[in-house]
Amino acid sequence: MNTASTLTFAKLGCSRGGRLLFQGVDCVLEAGRWLYVAGANGVGKTSLLRMVCGLAQIESGNILWNGLPIHTQRETYLQDLCYLGHLNALQESMTVKENLSFTTALTGFAPTIAQIQEVLARFGVRGRDQQLVRHLSQGQKRRVALSRLALSAAQLWVLDEPFVAMDEAGVRMLADLIETHLNNGGMAVVTSHQQVAIGAMPAQRLELSP
Amino acid sequence: MKKLQLRKLGLASVLLAALRRELSLALRQKGEVLTPLVFFVVIASLFPLGVGPESALLLRMAPGVLWVSALLAAMLSLQRLFAMDYVDGSLEQMVLSATPLGLLVVAKALSHFLLSGLPLVLMAPVLGLQFGLEGRALGILMLSLLLGTPTLSLIGSIGAALTLGVRGAGVLLSLLILPLYIPVLIFGAGAVEADAAGLGIGGHLSLLAALLVLSAFFAPLATTTALRISLE
Repeated sequence: MNTASTLTFAKLGCSRGGRLLFQGVDCVLEAGRWLYVAGANGVGKTSLLRMVCGLAQIESGNILWNGLPIHTQRETYLQDLCYLGHLNALQESMTVKENLSFTTALTGFAPTIAQIQEVLARFGVRGRDQQLVRHLSQGQKRRVALSRLALSAAQLWVLDEPFVAMDEAGVRMLADLIETHLNNGGMAVVTSHQQVAIGAMPAQRLELSP
Repeated sequence: MKKLQLRKLGLASVLLAALRRELSLALRQKGEVLTPLVFFVVIASLFPLGVGPESALLLRMAPGVLWVSALLAAMLSLQRLFAMDYVDGSLEQMVLSATPLGLLVVAKALSHFLLSGLPLVLMAPVLGLQFGLEGRALGILMLSLLLGTPTLSLIGSIGAALTLGVRGAGVLLSLLILPLYIPVLIFGAGAVEADAAGLGIGGHLSLLAALLVLSAFFAPLATTTALRISLE
């Protein structure tokens, strides 16, 4: 992994429906660190994350990846990005294995069945690979969705409320996974209402306010 | 925890994986694949009942009626093209993946053709017989449908992407897309009529093929743009 990577927000601003959410946000995130985006409900955390992914247009300011605006290098940027939103991106009528194989294939990689089983076991949904997603509980679906992270080769993880619907063991496991990712030179942008400690290094904190 | 080493995939394998996913998803909801087919049969069968058993009139109407039924049947299944992936977030992952979105759109359009266009092509001769079409005319009808229905899927994908998440998407989709289908309808039905009138069919079929090539190039571009707008 390229350890010199940086994600930069320069004077970033956003408004929804004519109402200003935030403006003038400056921040630099370096490899091996994670950014904790905090703020009350409706302050624009999800909007910020969607801008980071390039799902939403950037209204004012700029987001730079390795010094270049993300919209000028979409293809390279998307290879480095893994996004996990509120939606699980799992098709109910497909099996867990089919879902994970497909979303990983989209990133250009093919996991073997053993690798999928290993990842599922790590996330506490061992032996569910041949089960239809429709037959899983909410928490289990979330765990399957999160296991996509372990199959991803991306350097930048963008996680929107990843700890929601997780029990204590699940929270611990995800925190460990993010820590490993950071230790390998990865980086993460995370929103969460719960305070979670990840690794020894304190998070870079970004408090959003209007 | 160690990092997993995964096998790298080429673009062609990703296209195949996407196509396989589309087909297997559709085949798990057989009703949704069969509905447009049954719709096609019913619509085309209503005409002989409505206009009476006068064979000369039916023969004259046959290409137009069958083509219009095919257009409507194709419309029926278009709405589902992106809808399910939109609801559960898979579409977001597709847009944000390293795979070019155009490739995934092509996979979706291709699976739409295989599941709704191709069955219509195979079904058309049976319905053509009801109208008294003969062997040669049936062959030309099938050929024109084979060249025309992929274009319907491709152009339709633009409309399906534009109407994502909109209330009353079905009606809006028809209003957007049916006018764009007019050239395909004219040259498709025209091929069968031209042959019956003793004119060559080369021109009609060439134009259908040209429409297919044009839409294969431009429709994925337009669809990817529309998808990005819909997701914002």
